[in-house]
Amino acid sequence: MSNTNYILGHFENPDDLMHGIEKLQENNIGIYDVFTPMPIHGIEAKLGIKRSRLPIAAFCFGLVGTLTAFSMVYYMLVYDWPMNVGGKPAFAMPDFVPIMFELTVLFGAFGMVFTFFYANHLFPGRAPRVMDMRATNDRFVIAIDIQSNPYPEKIDNLLKESGAVEVKHNDRKYVSYE
Amino acid sequence: MSAHNESILREPLITGENITYSKITDDILAPVENKPNKAWWIGFTVAALFALLWVVSISYTFWTGLGAWGLNKTVGWAWDITGFVWWVGIGHAGTLISAVLLLFRQNWRNSINRSAEAMTIFAVICAATYILAHLGRVWLAYWCFPLPNQFGSLWVNFNSPLIWDVFAISTYFSVSLVFWYTGLLPDIATVRDRAAGLRRRIYSVLSFGWNGSVKTWQRFEAVSLILAGVSTPLVLSVHTIVSFDFATSLEPGWHTTIFPPYFVAGAIFSGFAMVQTLLLIARKVMKCENYITMFHIESMNKVIIVTGSIVGVAYLTELFIAWYSGVEYEQYAFLNRVSGPYWWAYWTMMTCNVISPQLFWFKKIRTSVMASWILSIVVNIGMWFERFVIIVTSLHRDYLPSSWVMFYPSVVDVCLFIGSIGVFFTLFLLFLRVLPGIAIAEVKLILKSSSHQEKQKLIREQKVDTEHAEFYQKSLIKYDSVSQPEYVNA
Repeated sequence: MSNTNYILGHFENPDDLMHGIEKLQENNIGIYDVFTPMPIHGIEAKLGIKRSRLPIAAFCFGLVGTLTAFSMVYYMLVYDWPMNVGGKPAFAMPDFVPIMFELTVLFGAFGMVFTFFYANHLFPGRAPRVMDMRATNDRFVIAIDIQSNPYPEKIDNLLKESGAVEVKHNDRKYVSYE
Repeated sequence: MSAHNESILREPLITGENITYSKITDDILAPVENKPNKAWWIGFTVAALFALLWVVSISYTFWTGLGAWGLNKTVGWAWDITGFVWWVGIGHAGTLISAVLLLFRQNWRNSINRSAEAMTIFAVICAATYILAHLGRVWLAYWCFPLPNQFGSLWVNFNSPLIWDVFAISTYFSVSLVFWYTGLLPDIATVRDRAAGLRRRIYSVLSFGWNGSVKTWQRFEAVSLILAGVSTPLVLSVHTIVSFDFATSLEPGWHTTIFPPYFVAGAIFSGFAMVQTLLLIARKVMKCENYITMFHIESMNKVIIVTGSIVGVAYLTELFIAWYSGVEYEQYAFLNRVSGPYWWAYWTMMTCNVISPQLFWFKKIRTSVMASWILSIVVNIGMWFERFVIIVTSLHRDYLPSSWVMFYPSVVDVCLFIGSIGVFFTLFLLFLRVLPGIAIAEVKLILKSSSHQEKQKLIREQKVDTEHAEFYQKSLIKYDSVSQPEYVNA
């Protein structure tokens, strides 16, 4: 048991998982992370994770898109090369709207997705840092760091009591590295 | 949303006995992890042959120029723009299912959104090929983008809907691609963690290192919601702008304000029909009857009848307004559509789009797999004719009778169209082989709340009203994936 670095509690469904988290928290055991095959609603509140600020990023990127589109079209049609088409004004604002809208969406969507990838270190070819292979399939896994919670037997019992179907002791943090 | 309280009155979204999280993974990944069956190979071979036909005909077009098509001085837009609008419209259902239905919290989207989004991407690829080909000199396609004068042209004309279209379609394609791929990440990670050797390496690269931690999922959900929020107006804007290509011209029959809503409704209509065409086969071949249930099919049929009726109202409005406007060119354009040399195209359109979808008012028809599939093909044909009618019959006789002509497609036109269907199906069949065709994570999300087995459990444990339970059992009669005695005795 001395080699154990992480304890993983496997649960079979989200309700048991939430119950497990509650049990651990009641006993002041810090949870390293939770890995699940699907999003669990309400888990952020339970784990005290702050609201994501991605929507704010999306808004800012979108705004950048709007301004880019407007200044681009304005520069090209009004400032750099205004054309007299039957005496109509070069600054035909309504005609700018579709481009401004499209670039808002384009910048907003791409900006937000790339911020998401950046924040979570997701990129093609990144070595997956998976603590348990079944966490992407059918198990809801709570990971507990032994360094900060040095009482493995108590954790084992708590996890089993709260409905864990399997408890694993891992000496390696990430099992996905071959 | 993970577990709680869905009314027993709602029909189940997942049927079957003993569905567990791992069974969902196994079922959905079966086509990805196993060798393809005979049906897939037959389909793929046929599709690939047609795709080859496309390669030949597009190469020939590039080599000889647009003279290879049946276009003439009067009818400068015909099969190509018809094909373009048809494919773009088909693509719209994917975004509608993934974005609009997400905003409206329609959980039945969860098992069809992935393949519908893939369909969007492949349909937009097909649409884009028409546009690129219609440029004539495709190697100068970059002239559509705002490049400085040194490149040999002025700035592009931002007052033109054709330029808006360039921006709209390219934004639409790239945003759809990002939306689709981000949604795929967790499922690719699932494939990765079950695979071995080279397959694992490939899926590992594709999965971007996804690990399913709390923070990842939280941000993922935020991204999905915002992308859905921006894709909804985007999809409406795209087909609105496509309709502007026509509506801002002075051509009789095109110059109408009804075009944007009419085109958008038509796009959803044809898109859902194509989703139906594909999924009814895919669910059979991939044995996904438990995930894509009769409820899904019926819901899509309901969308088809609604949008089909909107389109029908638009056709009648167009006729009325043409007459009411008092403009003789407008009046003639519509008279010519109804009774001119292309009357057969107009009446094919009317029959396929307005009359035949009304059959879905009958529950028997709307819940029959065969009838739904046949009608979906009929709608696809009808919507192709709609675009043909709008484009060709308006152009071939506009103002000057001395320029009136008929349009006859060349062999290349026909091959290009049939070939593009081949390209579409080739891409779609490849997609079903290498990536999960149903969003695994999202189906897992509704297992505890909306599955037949959970609802049966509630009924067995007598946690629901008997009257409601009976209502629920009765609603199962239409399901082809629930066997009869199961609900009679329960």
